[in-house]
Amino acid sequence: MDLTWSPEEEAFRHEARAWLTANVPCPPLPSGDTRAGFAAHLEWEQALFEARWSVVSWPERFGGRDASLWEWLIFEEEYYRAGAPQRVTQNGIFLLAPSLFEFGTAEQQERILPRMAAAQDLWAQGWSEPGAGSDLAGIASRAERAEAAGGWRLFGQKTWTTRGSFCTHLFGLFRTDPAAERHRGLTYFLVDLRSPGVTVRGFERLDGDEGFAEVFFDGAFVPDRDVLGEVNRGWSVAMATTGSERGLTLRSPGRFAAAAGRLVELARSRGAPGALAERVVQSWIEARAYELFTLEQVSGIVTGDQPGARSSLNKLYWSELDVRLHETALELLGTDGEADGPWSRGFEFALAGPIYAGTNEIQRNIVAERLLGLPRA
Amino acid sequence: MRFAVAEQAAALRDASEALLGARVTTAVIRSAWEAGPTQVGDVWRGLAEIGLTGALVADESGGLGLDENALPPVLNRIGYSGLPVPAVETVAVAAPLLAAAGHPALPDVLSGAALVTANLDATASAGLPVPFLTVADYALLRAGDEVRLYERGEVDAEPVRAVDGSRQLTRLRYSPAGGTTLATGAAAAAAWQRGALGTAAVLVGLAERMLSMTVGYVAARRQFGVPVGSFQAVKHRLADAYAAVEFARPAVLAAGWAQAAAAADAAEQTSVAKVLASDAASVVARAAIQCHGAIGYTTEYDLHLFAKRAWALAVSWGSAGWHRRHLAVSMGLDKEEGESGG
Repeated sequence: MDLTWSPEEEAFRHEARAWLTANVPCPPLPSGDTRAGFAAHLEWEQALFEARWSVVSWPERFGGRDASLWEWLIFEEEYYRAGAPQRVTQNGIFLLAPSLFEFGTAEQQERILPRMAAAQDLWAQGWSEPGAGSDLAGIASRAERAEAAGGWRLFGQKTWTTRGSFCTHLFGLFRTDPAAERHRGLTYFLVDLRSPGVTVRGFERLDGDEGFAEVFFDGAFVPDRDVLGEVNRGWSVAMATTGSERGLTLRSPGRFAAAAGRLVELARSRGAPGALAERVVQSWIEARAYELFTLEQVSGIVTGDQPGARSSLNKLYWSELDVRLHETALELLGTDGEADGPWSRGFEFALAGPIYAGTNEIQRNIVAERLLGLPRA
Repeated sequence: MRFAVAEQAAALRDASEALLGARVTTAVIRSAWEAGPTQVGDVWRGLAEIGLTGALVADESGGLGLDENALPPVLNRIGYSGLPVPAVETVAVAAPLLAAAGHPALPDVLSGAALVTANLDATASAGLPVPFLTVADYALLRAGDEVRLYERGEVDAEPVRAVDGSRQLTRLRYSPAGGTTLATGAAAAAAWQRGALGTAAVLVGLAERMLSMTVGYVAARRQFGVPVGSFQAVKHRLADAYAAVEFARPAVLAAGWAQAAAAADAAEQTSVAKVLASDAASVVARAAIQCHGAIGYTTEYDLHLFAKRAWALAVSWGSAGWHRRHLAVSMGLDKEEGESGG
């Protein structure tokens, strides 16, 4: 056991903190899940890219710093401690990019990653459909072969597409072999949302922001070079992405450590009688527990472990601690919590956590079956 | 940064685990519920030969010369085994104090011939519960912020019925007289922190044992023509119980590191570990009994041996609530209250 950082890691932290202190927008940006807010967030993302902080763990040739997983954790901790904006680029950077590194061709990586890092292309995730949510393999959207044109034509509908109204691209699964067993016959496509035959309709989430969209495909063309992985093998590529989404890369511990720190500050400033003080402490403890769990997990990853189904434990824990933490904050605020503010908005956003990236009911099934070995139904 | 058990600590854990697995049947645990001879002493001497008793004692004093990092892995295995013995009190709390004091009891403690029990949660006075006094040779008790060592004969206590019969609980009849001061101030506080750390490790081990028994049971038990473990209501309860364990275990390792490194926040990290471990063991005990159905609500089945130990330890060395309030005070959210046992 050695829970200290090396001088190089401390220097990295110092550099990140100094840049963030000088550059984080104040007052905070409006929500990135609104049209006006999104534009402001793009400017921030471009500033991050220019200072080479947008994708620290990526190779330098794609705009990163070749930072280790440890340094990435440090950067995330500093990012959230500084109160820096939400990452409107996250679905590309944290969800698609890991799959591109694993399954993408050199040409795809060279073409897509630098523009993603610079927030020139903005990626939305196209998994869910009206008839396929938790049961992702039940998707009905399909791609038909357009041999002469050297590609595919897409038909069908995706929905709950986060920031779909503002994004330029979408990665998603489409059925390419209707005769195959349902987990087979799916292909992972990279789609330009500005193509003819694509219609995007934004709509409001629970919190009132236009953060959702449904995306209709009516013969939109995708060239062969925008298939990620092999045709009819999209399920395994998608599973790699959902592993990233559930686990560490989407929700680093720094995010919750910062939120817990703000909760403690709120309790200090407003007073937290007896039982409420214990709830504040419990949220702080849970954020700490998540941090320590991830430190152990990353120690395993850097020595060759695959997190695998354990990423479902990450997802269960961070999403539920986030809800409890915000509930406690609203309890502290009392009637002041009814007015729009960071805690009430944070609470509404936290409620999405146990749903997206695979509902927590599905995560509990995964934990029970794959980690505990309980029999399938 | 390296969050992984070091080689020597893993070796101590593995050697102890092998011995515990071979020797500590539930019949051994049950024998400790009765007055009379048990095999616990033999097992303990075997663990002493491996070096467990001297884990925190320097080489030149006959120990292994390890630090607090070594406590969580091996004490987790003690918890898992259910061995009814004051292991935390003897290994984590007493042995390093005896070594520091050059006390003549040290060789017997290291050889496994002598056991030390303790209750340092509150100042010793009439009525204080003390476990294992009937099988221990020494007791560590508190007088204010002093940790005092008593020989068994110096402590007047009466046996009382308790939730976990194998802990041989007693209550003090009087405030003890005699004894010798073994630690004060920072050394006494650190000794209590080691007790909380070790107990947290035992609790996580107990939780792992109960969860493992329950997973095995619900996979085998059939109702409606299928294993009950195939029902989502059962799966989800056990998934939550498993998450509680998996998020407590790293916190206990981290608290061991913080103590060994004398980190400024070692006490806070220890409180975090004890909260998570106490709560995890309680959650798992509840889920384990529920998912077993009626068989889990008997004393013929072995589950209760581990659940009752967990209930006893969850509130020893500071309950989860006590540690949360303690953290609230250190964060400036609340005013200080009483002693940890009070």
